[in-house]
This record gives sequence, C-alpha cells and structure tokens, in this order.
Amino acid sequence: MTGNGNAPVTEADLHAYADGLLAEGRRGFIESYLATRPDESDRVRAWRRQAEGLRALYDGVLSEPIPAALPLAPPPRRPFPLRLAAAAALLLAGGGLGWTLRAALQPSRSAGSAAADAPQELARRAALAHAVYTPEVRHPVEVGADQEAHLVGWLSKRLGTELRPPRLGAVGFELMGGRLLPGKRGPVAQFMYRNSAGERLTLYVATEPATGTNTAFRFSQEGSVGVFSWIDDGMGYGLSGELPRPELLRVAEVVYAQLER
Amino acid sequence: MTDDGARIVACIPRLRRYARALIGTPGEADDLVQDTLERAWAKLHQLRRRGDPRVWLFSIMHNLFVDRFRTWRARPDEAPGEQAEAAPAGTPGVDRLVLRDLASAMKQLPAPQREVLLLVALEQLTYDEVALSLGIPVGTVMSRLSRGREALRALMEGAPPSASLRVIE
Repeated sequence: MTGNGNAPVTEADLHAYADGLLAEGRRGFIESYLATRPDESDRVRAWRRQAEGLRALYDGVLSEPIPAALPLAPPPRRPFPLRLAAAAALLLAGGGLGWTLRAALQPSRSAGSAAADAPQELARRAALAHAVYTPEVRHPVEVGADQEAHLVGWLSKRLGTELRPPRLGAVGFELMGGRLLPGKRGPVAQFMYRNSAGERLTLYVATEPATGTNTAFRFSQEGSVGVFSWIDDGMGYGLSGELPRPELLRVAEVVYAQLER
Repeated sequence: MTDDGARIVACIPRLRRYARALIGTPGEADDLVQDTLERAWAKLHQLRRRGDPRVWLFSIMHNLFVDRFRTWRARPDEAPGEQAEAAPAGTPGVDRLVLRDLASAMKQLPAPQREVLLLVALEQLTYDEVALSLGIPVGTVMSRLSRGREALRALMEGAPPSASLRVIE
C-alpha cells in the first residue's frame, strides 16, 4: 500500500496481501517475508479460508430469485386528487404549514425566483457565518461536542426538526460543537469541525420551507472560503472551509451520505 | 427503467447476500434489503452525485442496520433467532462442518467487526470503500478487520488471538 516496497511489514500489509489489495512491488516483498514466517503465513492462510468459507456459505443467495416484496423501481407518484386531499389535510392540521402552501399556490409572487436564489443566498450566509466564527479561539462554539446530547436536543428543538451533526471521522474531521445563529427565516444551526492540522470546517443548516425542491451540490467561492451548498428534504446545507475544492467535495459527500437518514 | 435504476437493481443480489450473512435469518435480512431499497428509491437523485452505487447502498443499509441493532440490544426478545445456517450441500472442497462452525463463529463477533469482515471478505470492497460505507476512518476499518479475523480464527481453531497489531518486523 506504500510507495516504498521494502518498508517494514505491518499488520495492515498482511490483510491487504490476504485480500489481494497490495500493489505489485509490495506484494513480492510480503511474499518473501511470509516465506520465512510460518506463523504469519498460517494466519494469512486462515483469513483466506475464512473468506472462502463465507463465500461458500452465502454465494448461493446471489442466484436466488429476487423476492417479490423488494421494490425494483421507484414507487409510482400518488394520483393527483389524493395529493390534493393530503395537502388540504395538512393545511387544516397545521397552521404553520399553511403559509408554505399559500406560497406554493401563488407563483405570481416571485416564488420561482426566490427558489432559484435560495442556494446562492444560503452559500453566502454559510460563508459569512464561517468567516465570523472559525477564527474564534476561546468561544468557537456555544455548546461543545462533549455535550453532544444536549447540543442535538437544543438545536433540534430550536430548528423544529431533528438535527444530528454528521460524523466526519472518515475524512479526518472531529466535531468541535455547534451554535445557533439568526437566519432569514428563523434560527439556523452551525456545526464546527476541525482536523489534526487545526483546519476548521463549518456546516450551516437552515430550514428551507419555501423551495420544496432538492438541488444538486453547488460550489461557490466567497473570498478564501469555498462553500458546497445544497437543498434536500426541506433543509438547506452549506459546508464551508478553506480547503481545496476536491477535498471539500469529499467531505460534502460524507456529510450528504449521513444526512439521508 | 433509467440507468440509475438499472444500476441499483443490479446490486440487489449482493445486498441480499450481505444482509443474509450479517443477520442470518433470511426473512429479517430481506426486510433490511427492502427498507434499504425503499430509501434508495426515495433518494435516487443522490446517486447522480456519487460514483459507485454499491458504496451508497451499503451506507444506507448500514444506517438502517445500526438502528435495528440498537433496538435488538434494548429488546432482545425481538432479535432474530440464532438460526444455524445450513451449509449448501455438495460445495466442492469445503467441509460442511467447518462451514457450520464458521457461520456460528460469525454470530459471536460484535456487529461492527462482522460488518467490516463481510464487506471486505464477502463483498470484496476496498478498505476505503468500507470506510465510506460505514462512515468510519480507514484505521478503524483495519483494526476491526484485524480483531474480527483473529477472533474468528481463535473460535475456529482454538488458537490464541494474536496480540501483534503493530509493526511486526
């Protein structure tokens, strides 16, 4: 797995060797290492037998017919009258949702252009909040990651939706904590992360009731701060950091994968 | 059917194989696959931004599995039964008793180790892909893989688990 084919052998090398994931040069080196280490080569052989055994146990499932209960396509959209009835029920049920529906029913009042502006506006606000709070040394967050349960409960309650900070350990960033900020349509949450190099990222989360549509990732550069923003399931997200764009994208994908829950 | 839809359907046999190995009980396993697919179809637009549908689908399944697993731990009565997996008859070159031992040893591993081991050994994902699917660092993937494999070896061969997780030369 390394550029140097003769670096000291690690446990990870042995696993990668057993799994056929080593680069050519390294593979030869590990092979000659194992040739003189019967104990280690026994272990590697045992791991390979485990893998063969698992395939022997479960490969049969691959050729079973797919059970009828499994959906092979997206569900059909509900017929229109039913959707209208559902909307009417929502209108009656919740005063809070009423204005959403009103906006949706009055396209003349520039609801369309507001929707188009939303991600851009979101990115600007996210970048601004990033620039304001990341330089803070003493109080970068209001509630620290050590009180995560409190943080989650507090922000979820204020935003009126369940909100959980994504875990970014897979890309090297740890949660520092979060804070509540004023947004255009009510409170907004900001989560802050840092990596071992001390670089900070923020994730800005706002409710986006007026748009109702999901958008693709959009990248924008606000000064030195890069932002990936998107809207999904009525929430707007802005991930900001002073990282190269591909790195920031990688983090955004990890965030995204976890928010789909 | 769209291309994305076809890519998802093509993954179904592997999702079923993984779920079966992870949970053991066929009915429970297919319930997990069904929930995964329903979520995937509802979130189909996400796939366009992501390369490999397998990693995306495994990550959805992982999230659902963690939720269920938590419930099972809190309410063990609802957990799927310890149903011994019958080894397929006539698998060439593999001893059926060994396979039965392997299936029961797998059930004794902690779920996080079982997930990593199955994604690597059965589904043949790379370590990076496993890390993305499970939302954990690659280092954690390696340590769970190592512990899982050594625990299985100890269970199957009566060998003591190896202590050397560091550089061994």
